[in-house]
Amino acid sequence: MTESLHGLDAKLALRRGALVLDVDMALPARGITALFGPSGAGKSTCLRAIAGLEQDSTGRVSFGHDLWQDSARRVFVPPHKRRLGYVFQEPSLLPHLSVGGNIDYGFRRAGRPAHLDREGMIDRFGLRTLLDRRVGALSGGERQRVSMVRALLSDPALLLFDEPLSALDATARVDLLGCLERLHGTLQVPMLYVSHNIDEVVRLADHIVLLEGGHVVAQGNPQDTLTRLDLPPAMGEALGTVIEGTVRGIDTHDQLIELEFQGGTLWLPHHEERMGQSVRCRIAARDVVLSRERQVSTSVLNQVACRIVAMADAGASSQCLVRLDASGSPLLARITRRSWHDLGLSPGDEVWAQVKAVALGA
Amino acid sequence: MALLSGQDLQALGLTLRLAGVVTLLLLVIGMPLAWWLAHTASRWRRPAAAVVALPLVLPPTVLGFYLLLLLGPEGPVGRAIAALGLTALPFTFQGLVVASMLYSLPFVVQPLHNAFESIGARPLEVASCLGARPLDRFFTVALPLAWPGVVTAAVLGFAHTVGEFGVVLMIGGNIPGQTRVLSMRIYDHVQAGEYHQANVLSLCLLVVSFAALLAMSLLRPRRYVRD
Repeated sequence: MTESLHGLDAKLALRRGALVLDVDMALPARGITALFGPSGAGKSTCLRAIAGLEQDSTGRVSFGHDLWQDSARRVFVPPHKRRLGYVFQEPSLLPHLSVGGNIDYGFRRAGRPAHLDREGMIDRFGLRTLLDRRVGALSGGERQRVSMVRALLSDPALLLFDEPLSALDATARVDLLGCLERLHGTLQVPMLYVSHNIDEVVRLADHIVLLEGGHVVAQGNPQDTLTRLDLPPAMGEALGTVIEGTVRGIDTHDQLIELEFQGGTLWLPHHEERMGQSVRCRIAARDVVLSRERQVSTSVLNQVACRIVAMADAGASSQCLVRLDASGSPLLARITRRSWHDLGLSPGDEVWAQVKAVALGA
Repeated sequence: MALLSGQDLQALGLTLRLAGVVTLLLLVIGMPLAWWLAHTASRWRRPAAAVVALPLVLPPTVLGFYLLLLLGPEGPVGRAIAALGLTALPFTFQGLVVASMLYSLPFVVQPLHNAFESIGARPLEVASCLGARPLDRFFTVALPLAWPGVVTAAVLGFAHTVGEFGVVLMIGGNIPGQTRVLSMRIYDHVQAGEYHQANVLSLCLLVVSFAALLAMSLLRPRRYVRD
C-alpha cells in the first residue's frame, strides 16, 4: 500500500433470499465513496454487513488499523463497538424520545466529545427550533435531518448513509442534498453513501463503487468509472461525463448562462450562478445525439464538435455506446446501432454532439 | 355489623399481597423469558412458548395437583427443599406464590413477548450503531417502547392471580393469614349460606378487577408514530 492511511477493506459474502452478495472493496480513508447500483443490487445489504448488522455474513472487514470481522478467526466486533454513524433509508428516529433526545442519544454515549460542535451542527441542519418536538410531529425531511445530525454527533469513525434522500419529496431532497454538499467540505471522517440516483452520486462522491447483482463491477473515481464502456447494461442510465467549466456570460433576458469548458461552450439555465464561478455539470450518455453536420434548424441549444474515439456495445442489442473527445473533454453518447451504421460512423470521424439535457451540479 | 369482618379483611390483604408479589416476580422473570422468545432463533423456541402457554388451557386443579405431587414431601422438588433444610412449600404463602407464578405466567409473558416483537429490529439497530451496549439498549429503547405491553402484562398477571381458585385449593389449602385468599373466603361464605358476606367480597373482587383494567388503559401511552 502506498497510502499510509488505511480506509475500509471489506471482503464479504452473504445470502439473502434471491440475492447472493459477494463483494471485495477497498475504500479510501477520506472523502465520500458512493455505493451505486440498480435496485436489488445488494447495496443496502452490503452496507448493513459492513456495519455488522448482518451477523451471518462471512468474510473479513477491517477499518484503519481495527479488525471488525474475520470469519476465519471468529472475530466479530458488534456494531456498538465499531464507532459508526449509520443513517437508514427511513429516518428511524427513536419514537419515545424528543428531537433533542434523539440527537443526544449517541452524543452522550460518545462522552460528549469536545471536538464535535453540537450547537453548530444543530444550526447548520436547521434543527434549533425543533429540539423539544416529538419526532412524530416532524416532516420527512426534518426527520432525516435529525437522523443525520444524530449520526454525525455520535463521534463516528465511519459514516454509513443508506439512500438517505430516496424516501423524501423533491423539495426536501434538494434541501438535504445541499446540506450534504456543504458537509462534504468539512467532513473529517470517510463516508460510504448508498444511492441509486446518479445525480446525487456525481454531486457528492469522490470515489465510486458500482454494484450489480451482489458483485462489485467497477470501482474508482467517478469520472473514469462512469465513462467506461464495459459496464453491464443495468448501469446504462448512469453512464455519462462530468464537465467542469467557468461561467463566461449571463444572458438575463433568456435566463441562460454561457459555460466555457475545455471542449467548447454550453448554454445552461441560469439559477444563481455568478460570472467567473466554476460550475460542475453532468451530461448523460442517453442525452447526447450525434450528427455528421452541425444542425441549423433545431431546438437543441448545445452542439459540441467532437471526434469519435471508440464504440462499444451498450449491452441492450439495439444500443451502442460511443466515446467522444471534445478537444480534451470526454463525452459519451448512447445511440442506436442502426444510427451508427446509417451514418457510417467509425472511430476518428468528426461529428457534432447535440446535448439534449445537462444536469447541473455544484 | 361491619361491612367486612376481620377475617375477610385478612383474606383481602393476603390476596393483594400475593398478587403484588407474584406480579413483581413474574415481571422480573418474564422479561428475559419474553425477550428470549422474541429474539431467539433456537429450535427450542416453539416448545418453550408452548410450555409457557400451557396454564392457559390446563385446568387449574390439574396444575395444582401436579404441583402438590412435585413440591410435596415425596416429590423430587419437595425432597430437594427438605434436604436444604427449608420448610416444605405446600400449604404455605411461599408455596402459593410459586404456584400462582406458574399459573399466571402466560398472562405476563405473552403481552411482553408481543410487545418486544412489535418493536422490530430497527430501533435496536439504531441504538447499537449509536454506541449503546445490549443492556443499555434494553433499558433505554426496548423497555420504553414496550411499555404498553409491560402495563398490560402487570395488570393481567395481577388480576389473574387475584381471581385464582383451583390452584389455591390444591396447593394452598385454606389457612387463615397464610393461604386463605379472597376467592377461598367467598367459597366458604357461600358454603355457610352467608350470601351477604359473599356478596360484599365478590363486589370487592369486581371493583379490583375493574380498577385494574381502568388503570391499564390510563397507564398506556398513546401509540408512537412510526416512519
